[in-house]
Order: sequence, then structure tokens, then C-alpha cells
Amino acid sequence: MPRVYFDNAATSPINEVALQALVEQARALGNPSSLHSYGREARRNVEEARERIAPLVECEPSEVIFTGSGTEANNLAIKGIYWHRLSENKKRKVIITSTFDHHAILDPIRWLAESEGAEVIEVPVDSSGYLKLDYLETALENRGSEVSLISVMHSNNEVGTIQPIGEVVHLAKKYEIPVHSDAIQSFGKIPLSFSEIGLFAMTISAHKLGGPIGVGALILKKGFDVTPLLHGGGQERDIRSGTMNAPAIIAFSLAAQAAHRNREKNSIYVSALRESLLDTIKNDIPDAVLHGGPGERLPGILNVRFPNTESDSLLLLFDSEGIACSTGSACTAGVQQASHVLMAMGLSEPEARSSLRFSLSPENSKGDIDYFHTCLKRVIERARAAYRSNA
Amino acid sequence: MKLIAAMSGGVDSAVAAARAVESGNEVIGVHLALSKNPKKYRSGARGCCTIEDSHDARRAADRIGIPFYIWDMSEEFHENVVENFLSEYSAGRTPNPCLRCNEKIKFAAVLDRAKAMGFDGVVTGHYAQVKSENGNKTLHRAIDEAKDQSYVLAVLNYEQLNGAIFPLGDTRKEDVRKEAARRGLTVAQKPDSHDICFVPSGDNAGWLRDRLGSEVGPIVDATGKKLGEHHGAYTYTIGQRRGLGISEPTPTGSPRYVLKIEPKSNTVVVGEHEELAISNISGEKLIWCGPTNNSSTTETFRGLAQVRAHGSAYPCSYSVHGENLEVILDSPIFGLATGQAVVIYEDDRVVCSATISRTA
Repeated sequence: MPRVYFDNAATSPINEVALQALVEQARALGNPSSLHSYGREARRNVEEARERIAPLVECEPSEVIFTGSGTEANNLAIKGIYWHRLSENKKRKVIITSTFDHHAILDPIRWLAESEGAEVIEVPVDSSGYLKLDYLETALENRGSEVSLISVMHSNNEVGTIQPIGEVVHLAKKYEIPVHSDAIQSFGKIPLSFSEIGLFAMTISAHKLGGPIGVGALILKKGFDVTPLLHGGGQERDIRSGTMNAPAIIAFSLAAQAAHRNREKNSIYVSALRESLLDTIKNDIPDAVLHGGPGERLPGILNVRFPNTESDSLLLLFDSEGIACSTGSACTAGVQQASHVLMAMGLSEPEARSSLRFSLSPENSKGDIDYFHTCLKRVIERARAAYRSNA
Repeated sequence: MKLIAAMSGGVDSAVAAARAVESGNEVIGVHLALSKNPKKYRSGARGCCTIEDSHDARRAADRIGIPFYIWDMSEEFHENVVENFLSEYSAGRTPNPCLRCNEKIKFAAVLDRAKAMGFDGVVTGHYAQVKSENGNKTLHRAIDEAKDQSYVLAVLNYEQLNGAIFPLGDTRKEDVRKEAARRGLTVAQKPDSHDICFVPSGDNAGWLRDRLGSEVGPIVDATGKKLGEHHGAYTYTIGQRRGLGISEPTPTGSPRYVLKIEPKSNTVVVGEHEELAISNISGEKLIWCGPTNNSSTTETFRGLAQVRAHGSAYPCSYSVHGENLEVILDSPIFGLATGQAVVIYEDDRVVCSATISRTA
């Protein structure tokens, strides 16, 4: 049976050059923080990796803080900035985010609200999946002086819409509020300039663009402090402690470089595949509904609702045909939850529960879509029968 | 065949799934999430419904080499099992939720969904045997009498029985554990689940009081004389002796038992052991577990009646009146609660079941 991978937004195939570097560096001895020749060599490789990544997001190398994951970088940004800003001014209790940011943003913010008395303003999104800037503007007019930070994702991981971050930064400027953006899905896929947007902090991760799992980075504006989460050796500029994961960091930088180098070419290719996938779905399942857009969007993410189905039946049935896709939403104890992203866009819970995300990468081919086509009708029919059986 | 193996995370369902694979079936493992919030149950391990149990099920499926998914059946379970459990208790009856779960969830919601998705049946780790007699499927007791679960499966109708596969009915529990160890299943020594899965504390009465209130009511004797008080009539079961808290002894000095629960007046009636004796059982919502017996209402048959999950089967005569069952026991039994199932066996074969509505 053929196997087709349409879940690249969850994690993507590792880049060959990155993989080789990962293996080679794993063999190399030396802690990057050691002072002897072994340590210096490892350190040099890490610093070269930092210098490789910085120009890709248009920041200074010293602004790249490596972390163990995108989630860690998001936690560091949210909690670190909040605590630091609060220590400067006790009034800054308000955190602003969007209703459809990733759980790695929403959950640390909600944790701060529940356990530390922070106040959260979640800016709604419209039915196409774009942030409502006028709502943000009003919130800032009313509460601007109390806001510790704004965090809005650069692009949405479930529906692929690119958010107006430049305008968020512009609105925040008047109140001198730092803005963080989770750019994990954007990095390597679309143009991304930390300095040009004028962000205070930005999260990127390796394994969504061909790097290894277990490494991410927080891009943090030079000259500004945040309160660390992990205390210890202070390896990453006293902001993040823990032995630097040199092999993963180096592999990350090489994968990022490759993704960046091929970005335009890949974007055209993946967009075309996405269009072809969408056409296939529209032809075979006329009542399928596309989520997200029109407007600026990522090339490879396609979110579709198949009315009168349940996504967990769809996942099982596609999986048994060798096709991997997902809802993109979180699991609680293995149970797929209705997507908070789709519900933020105004869908009902049953509608959200009948939606699937297909996320494509340059590794996918027209053949994948042809194979998908041979399974699609059968899968949807069975999922609909299963849906009726429970109705 | 293409089968769904319902995997609770326990040793029985893991071995059942492994056997189904070995018999040449195409099997997919499914763990049923029955709690709306399984996270909550991480520490309250009752053996089947916690987050740790779903991990155990996943690891067993990995070991067996089959795909594994979790199906969210929490709404169906809540509506059909938990709500029913509460309404039965508040009506003064004593329900059996495992039986209800088999009838409404495992061999209804799950089986229906499996069939709709192109599967042929559902495999579980229940101890019971399905046999073919003249091309008809029939349900029989497991060879391990202590583990036999045919009673809680007697609510399956013929169609449900046709979609049910019980690979463990011919094996003793200790041998299932040995087999699990031999197969490298980490759940080989996992303790058996017991009690009610959605009452993680194991404190049934407390759980019911939290949901149905604990209004004080009288405990009376058959003449209506008040002997004491209780905190919720529904926390008592007919035949119950302990926990009545009555200080006044009976004239003969013999212990008192719960004879009757009157939910409307929130009254518990107590009396002596002999008063619990019953010989006639009326059942409603009759289910033929296997081929239908097209008998006339005047015909009487001989059989064995079982009235508790782990109880004896008593010789009886029975007759069928549409959806109702009338059972006359050869000798009286003591302390029988309405709401439980009466299951009729012929030797080790399950004939039919019904919900006990009246006793005399």
C-alpha cells in the first residue's frame, strides 16, 4: 500500500544535509561551554549555526536564543516578558493574544492568569481567519498602559492564514508594548524579517522545516531582558540554561538554510499541489467547505470540512489507506478536541469536529494527490455511514 | 475478517486482540474514552478508564503490531450508562452499569460505527463463548467459571452477538496472564479492574449522594414503625444488612435486612431475613440472546435463572409473554433487587435476559 504524508505542519521530513550533520555532530565530543579545545570546537559550530540562522530571519546573531523546542521558546517569551515587565511596573497585568493562537501560547498565558493574576484579552478573528485589528486598537486605547505584552501568531498552524503582524506592532508602538509572534509555521515557508516587522520576540522551530525535533529558538531583541524560566549554567546568555544541544542546533541551521534557499521555488510548487488537492476534493465531495482565506496564506496548509463526518473516523479511514493527515487541533488523552481555531472563526463544535488539515511539503508529489484521489470518495462515504450510525 | 479490538488497557483485551490477529484477522485496536475528562482519573486507577490505561492499551497494540486509536465515547457513555445509573437508583432500583455498557456502547455504538466503517465485528476480552449451532450463533458461559461474564453479555441481541468475538472464553484467567507474559505484554500482571469505572473512589453511596442529594428519610419496619434514619434511600440495596445504624434490636434478636426501597417517600423498609424470600420474578424488556424462541404464552420451559453478575444459577420454570418474562424458582432465594437482570440459561447456553421489574 502506498504511504502518503500530508501532516507536514505537525513535523516534516528531515533534510538530508541536516541529518548528516546531526549524526556527525552527535559523534563529536565536547560541551560547547567547556574551555578546552573540544569545547571550543563544539562552541564554534554552535556560533556558526547562530550566524547561519540570523540572516534568514534578519536579526543579529546575538538575538538568537536556542531552546529545546518551540513550546519552550513560547513559554520563555510569554512568562519571561510578562514577569520582567511586571517587575518594572506592577500595573502591567494585561496580556493580549488572539483567540486562535497555538496552545503553546494560550496555555502559558492562561496559566499566568490562573496562578499569577494576569488578565487576558483575547482578540477575536474573523470568519476568514484574520485578526480583528479594530478590536485590538480599542483594547489598547482602553488598557494600553496596563499591557505587559502582545503575542499574536505569525501564521495559523491549522488554517494557514498569515496575520497582520506589522500592523499589530504598529498599534503597539504608541504604547511601547513589546510584541511577540509565534512564527513556527512561517519560518522557511514565507518571507520573515524580525527587524523589519519590528518585533520584540519571535519563536521559530527546526522540525517544521526539515530540521530535527528537540530544538527551537527565541529571537529576542538585543539589549532587553526577560526573566529566565530555566535556571542553571546560564549557557544561552543567562536567559536559557541547559547544555546547548550542539548537534541539533547545527542541523537546525543547515535545514533552515536549505529551506530559505529553496523557499520561492518550494512555495510555488507546494501552492500548486495544494490547489490540485483542493480541486480534487471539490470535484469528488462537492459539499466540502474550505476554511481560511481568501487573503494572505501559507502555501502548504489546507483545512477542509466534510459535512456529516467526524474527524476521528476520517483519520482512521485515511490512515488505513496509508494517508496521514490530522485535525491540527490538540489531543486530550488521545481524544481529538474540537479545534479552538475553527471555533474562534465561528464554526460550531460539530462543524469543527468534521474538519481535517492537510499540510503539504516539497517532498509531496502529484502522485500523492492521485493516490489520495483513489481513496477519497470511499473514505468519505464510510465516515458518513459511521456518522449516521451514531446520530 | 476486519475487526475492531476494544482495548481497555487491561490484560484480557490485550490477549484477545493478539489472538484475533493470530487467527488471521485484520485488526485495529481502539480504546474507548468513556470519561469526559480522563486526565482527572490519572490517579484514580480503576483499571480501564484512566489516561494511564489508555497508554497501557496503546503499548499493548504496539507490541501486537496493530494500529491503535482512541474513540471518544464519553457522550454516549454518559447518556446511556451514567445517566441511566442515576435514574435507576433514584427510582429505587439497582442497575448494573457493565451490562448497560455492553448493550449500549460496546456492542451498539462501537459495533455500529465499526460496521459502517467497513469492519465485520468487535473483539473484546470478555470471558464468554460464542458458538454456532445449526448455523445460529449462541452465547455460552466461559470455561473459567469464576471469570464467566456471560451474564453481563446476555443483553446482546442476535445481531449484536453476530458481530461479537470473544477469544478468551475457552481459557482460564491464569493462563491468559501467562500468555500475556509470553507475548511480552506489559499488562500481564496488571490487577483486574473491579467496581464501577466511573466511580473512581469506589464509594458508590457517596458518589450517589453527591449527585442525588442526601435528604434524610425514615427507616421503618413492615408495620410502618420508625426505627431510624438514613441519608438517601437510593444508597441502599435490597437484602443489605450492614450500615443500617438501627440501635433497637428485633424482638427475636435477629439481624435486620433492607426489604424495600420507596423512592417517592424516601423510605427504607427493613425486616427479617425470611421476609426477603422470593420465588417469582417478573422481567421486562426481554432480549433473546441468540435465536428467538417463538413460544406461545401458555408454554412453560425449564431452565436456570441467574440474577447477579457473580451469583449462582437457580433451577426454574419460565414463560414468555411478549416482551415480558415470568420466572418461577424451584426454591426461594433471598434479597433480590429490581433493576438487575434475570438471565435464563439452558445448561451453559444463554437463552434470554430481562430486567427485573417485580418480585414476590
